[in-house]
Amino acid sequence: MGLITSPTALSLVEAEEGTKILAPNIVITSFDKVINWARVSSLWPMTFGLACCAIEMMAVYASHNDLDRMGIIPRGSPRQSDFMFVAGTVTKKMSEVVRRVYDQMPEPRYVISVGSCANSGGIFNTYSTVQGCDTFLPVDVYIPGCPPRPEAFIEGIIKLQEKMMREQFHWSRWR
Amino acid sequence: MDNLFDDTETTFETKQLTVSLGPQHPATHGVLRLDLDLNGETVVKCTPYVGYLHRGIEKLGENKTYFAALPLSDRLDYISSMNNNVGYVNAVEKLFGIEAPERAKFIRTMVAEMGRLSSHIVWLGTHVLDIGATTPFLLAMTAREKILDLFEILCGARLTVSYPRIGGVRNDISQQFLDELYAFVLDFPSRMDDYETLVTENRIWKERTVDVGIISAEEAINWGLTGGTLRGSGVDYDVRKYAPYDAYDKVDFKVPVGVKGDCYDRYLVRVGEMREANKIIQQCIENLPAGPVMAEAPKFTLPPKDLVMKDMEHLIHQFILITKGPTVAEGEVYVGTEVPKGELGFYFISDGTGKPYRMRVRAPSFVHASVMPRLCEGGLLADVIANIGTIDIVLGECDR
Repeated sequence: MGLITSPTALSLVEAEEGTKILAPNIVITSFDKVINWARVSSLWPMTFGLACCAIEMMAVYASHNDLDRMGIIPRGSPRQSDFMFVAGTVTKKMSEVVRRVYDQMPEPRYVISVGSCANSGGIFNTYSTVQGCDTFLPVDVYIPGCPPRPEAFIEGIIKLQEKMMREQFHWSRWR
Repeated sequence: MDNLFDDTETTFETKQLTVSLGPQHPATHGVLRLDLDLNGETVVKCTPYVGYLHRGIEKLGENKTYFAALPLSDRLDYISSMNNNVGYVNAVEKLFGIEAPERAKFIRTMVAEMGRLSSHIVWLGTHVLDIGATTPFLLAMTAREKILDLFEILCGARLTVSYPRIGGVRNDISQQFLDELYAFVLDFPSRMDDYETLVTENRIWKERTVDVGIISAEEAINWGLTGGTLRGSGVDYDVRKYAPYDAYDKVDFKVPVGVKGDCYDRYLVRVGEMREANKIIQQCIENLPAGPVMAEAPKFTLPPKDLVMKDMEHLIHQFILITKGPTVAEGEVYVGTEVPKGELGFYFISDGTGKPYRMRVRAPSFVHASVMPRLCEGGLLADVIANIGTIDIVLGECDR
């Protein structure tokens, strides 16, 4: 990645006659892992509730399940958030707004689709409902349920974190 | 240069600014959008836009049998699904001409009041959170989790319960549920004291709510307000008292009313309602009669599941009811029930088939959203947030 140009740049200390080892407080790891570890440890979601699932989302944020312990703090502005819960039924009228909020988020950005309605339209197979938010958004994680339990929310977030941990660097592509 | 500031008074121009509040805004309780014309900080014009959550529930209801449309009512006002279910089954029972047994009525009253508690807790938490206090929200949500846990013991679901059924309730309640509920009921007044200590006499809270969004009794009636929003103005109207359904005529409770009709009075009314709801639950547990929980009306109620699995007759019966729906006499019916938001009415027109010809929902949130211009115009921008919280709307019910 260009930070460490050659092994000689590392500070070495002589442990005994003729043997050099790494100085204390040095950990060798890959740059990807460090950056990804930092990213997954402070995921900031967009505060954006659409329907019933938003009430369960509130319960997840609140005291009983407490997402703060995972470093997850809801943000009011899309400009400050890392990922978005699409929590609830997306209607045709609302889909433009959801897409706009998504477009306002800085990359890298992720989408978690929450509940049957956002996943596939659910029981609302009607003239006004979008049949799945993946028709207009790139969804990373789907959480099933109507509405999903708070534990399912947490599981979905852990799945997203696992996905992020596997990511290789391609920062230059992101704007 | 020396006369730079001389003509400030004459050249200073004010311009009306239009701000779109929502549909994505943390304080709009869902997807309400308000177009606000601002003159400085004063709201000159407020226009609510609804329909961002229009899911076609009324139309869906026409295409499902009466049994299959029950889960749709869960998703109307998703904070208090239990109360919507009770409203739905009461309307359908009136249409069918059947009556639930006494035990089922008491259970329904009990769970409906639990739903009212959980809804009012969300209202209290979010209303206070919008105005700037985080602690009551976190405290209140712990009590709500307890209620949702009890719902889970009752029927397995936390939010979308579908527990009341046409002709009774889904299953009888267990002793464990009763014990835990009774412990919760005894504990709840102290929890309420905690919330009230934090909020009621709080100076910031009073600054933000007293004399904000005043609406007189006459105007409130003319705008069609119901529920706590109406009672805050001093009108003593509660469907539970004036047209009792289920077991509300057999329990003793008061209806708190306000005086002035501002945000603070509406807060006091709803907090009083929470304490009364707690008393109703306690009375229901203490006076719970024994007996069946499902009406004996084979033409209109589904047969017990264990018999369906064993017996051919019941299997055929179940099959006919599920696929075709019950045969209902032609006619129309309206039943209003008191949900936490106000009066929720279900209006059915039956054309004699197993599906309603028309299912109309009289949603209190829709009426309450329409009063937003009346409450907000002339006030400050910050008061808009207080007003949204105080009318207690849920957009799922408003847009349907």
